[in-house]
Amino acid sequence: MTDSIKTSSTKKNPNYISASESRKISSENRRITDALEKKYNRKHVPESEYLTTMKDPNNTVEFDDLHTYFFTDIGTVRAVDGVSFAVPQGKTVGIVGESGCGKSVTSLSLMQLVQRPQGQIVRGQIRFNLGDKAYDIAKMPGNMMEKIRGNEVSMIFQEPMTSLNPVFRIGDQINEVIMLHYPEKSEAEVRDHSLHMLDLVGIANPEGIYMRYPHELSGGMRQRVMIAMAIACDPKLVIADEPTTALDVTIQAQILDLFRNLKEKINSSIMLITHDLGVIAEMADFVVVMYAGRIVEKGTANEIFLHPAHPYTVGLMASKPVVNRKVDRLYSIPGSVPSPIHMPDYCYFRDRCDRRFDMCNGPYPAEFQLSDTHKVSCYHYRDGAASNRALHNNGFEILN
Amino acid sequence: MTKYLLKRFLYSIFIVVFGSLLVYSVLRLLPTSYFEKIALERAQAPGAPSYAEILSSLNKIYGMDTDIVSGFIKWGKNAIQGDFGVSWEYSIPVVEKFKQVIWYSIFLNIVTLLIQTFISIPLGVLAARKQYSKTDYFVTFVSIVCISMPTFFLATILKYIFSVKLGWFDLFGIVGRYYEQLDIWGKILDMAKHLVLPVTTLAMLNIGGLMRFTRTNMLEVLNADYIRTARAKGLSENVVINKHAFRNTMIPLVTYFSYLIPNMFTGSFITETLFQIPGIGYISYYALIHGDIPFAMFYSVLIIILTQVSLLVADFMYAVVDPRVRID
Repeated sequence: MTDSIKTSSTKKNPNYISASESRKISSENRRITDALEKKYNRKHVPESEYLTTMKDPNNTVEFDDLHTYFFTDIGTVRAVDGVSFAVPQGKTVGIVGESGCGKSVTSLSLMQLVQRPQGQIVRGQIRFNLGDKAYDIAKMPGNMMEKIRGNEVSMIFQEPMTSLNPVFRIGDQINEVIMLHYPEKSEAEVRDHSLHMLDLVGIANPEGIYMRYPHELSGGMRQRVMIAMAIACDPKLVIADEPTTALDVTIQAQILDLFRNLKEKINSSIMLITHDLGVIAEMADFVVVMYAGRIVEKGTANEIFLHPAHPYTVGLMASKPVVNRKVDRLYSIPGSVPSPIHMPDYCYFRDRCDRRFDMCNGPYPAEFQLSDTHKVSCYHYRDGAASNRALHNNGFEILN
Repeated sequence: MTKYLLKRFLYSIFIVVFGSLLVYSVLRLLPTSYFEKIALERAQAPGAPSYAEILSSLNKIYGMDTDIVSGFIKWGKNAIQGDFGVSWEYSIPVVEKFKQVIWYSIFLNIVTLLIQTFISIPLGVLAARKQYSKTDYFVTFVSIVCISMPTFFLATILKYIFSVKLGWFDLFGIVGRYYEQLDIWGKILDMAKHLVLPVTTLAMLNIGGLMRFTRTNMLEVLNADYIRTARAKGLSENVVINKHAFRNTMIPLVTYFSYLIPNMFTGSFITETLFQIPGIGYISYYALIHGDIPFAMFYSVLIIILTQVSLLVADFMYAVVDPRVRID
């Protein structure tokens, strides 16, 4: 009798966590994050500590084995777990993946804006090319980061409705970033610059909008203001975190048009985060597909769209509605992402994959090269592209 | 705008009239009667008329022989003309007495307000910035202690420590024994010294709440998307907090402060009584317990009117700090 009670109470439920366990985890977390915070908040750090060299000087950013973890009270969430990719100069890299796969955290890591102190970059490098030198952002202290943010790399957020401060005028908010990074500019010059920016993002009446408060503008207008703010200081890289998600379809198209035009004018690299494959197809030169904190496939836009290799990418393509194709029901990938706290050591997609075979039970697959630019983490491609022509055709078929 | 003001004004008149009628009724129905006490005293004098005779003649003289509604209308007619009558307890016109004592209360409350603001808002912001840190837990602990402490208990503890044990301050009163012999600076210092404990008591009572309020609002604002935008611009953490976050935290705080306006003029009932500071709170307390209807009525109506004014001010201040709010 007592035995049976005992066994039932000691039976391990993966979602259950006792109070003492939780306390242990949080004190351990506190220890780790405190050390990292201390490092981040140092005042005078010699430049040599975060100086680095780019692998390829033509890249603006190189992510190298980036690990960004969240130390929560129920365990460590590996939001970004070993991500490596590069953003070449003047090119657009699209990052796709479903919600919670680490797209935003990857980009926030580059800005050092991950929710502190729980979220921390624990391993890896983010090499950022400043032209004459390169910095490793993962090692940079907070006060130096302020010179990079908004100036060299800027970000457009997905919620234009709430991303502007409601109590300041539009003009003042744009002026602020210009004054901060160009302290030598006079007040009139700053104002002209702001007006020029508003004009550049297609706002018809810059002087009028300059004096408005955010709540007086529509969502599309606010997103234009956000874009104006982001490109005001001529950044080397613009991160657009789902810039069109919160907007309606007609405005989405306008904003994408604006992006395309700006790309030619500002000559910045763009990191475009979205789960809208249509947007990626239109905008991106390179595509990175993320799943559960890791990159499952990356390549040029052509490679990814014409020859999707990873079953997840194929599934993503299939779950996108296509004009002129009759389907009863839109495809959806079965199952859901595994718990980010207890990640198994096998392909994270295994349990949802319709092409799993015995090798999938092995350790997490390494990256296999399909071409110079096209890489995929799937055992089906362990011998390179040749053995999998059939699969390529399969993907091609779906796209047509 | 004019329409809004007019509407608010009419509401206010309605509330003031019926509020004072309510207070008047309650005062008339109170078992404490100033005249009963007087009549009882006089009836005991040798050769005096009977208690009932004296009472009815007193009631007649002071107009207390009418029913409540007509008594209220009579009081109201005079009050509209600014005549609040003569205080029964203090034997001088009510307004005169008010003018004598109000400055103590205003001074006490302004000093308290300044001190509590300059202590609790920075601490609240600090606690929010370092959420779940030792600083945060300390601030939370202090504020909960302050919130939980009743006035009389805190005042007694402070008196015990600083007056009885340490002998730094007098137990009560606003001036010391040798006040009259001091020069002007000495007089000011003497008063200031007597205000230390009352101000401490009042400030400690309020900083707890204000600190929690600031912390909660700040935390909410710090999680907002526009704070992330401000950080993404490259602004330093201090600018992010003190400019972008604080302006937004101000919105609810301003309302909170507007509600403190009536406090300024109504004094602090308990604290003033405990320290025997002859401010409006202390004076009104004695007027009330002795059944001094003219003074009690004046005091209550003043509170009602000031509350109405503070509500209006809060609305205006809302529009000042938050551009999304328009008054119309």
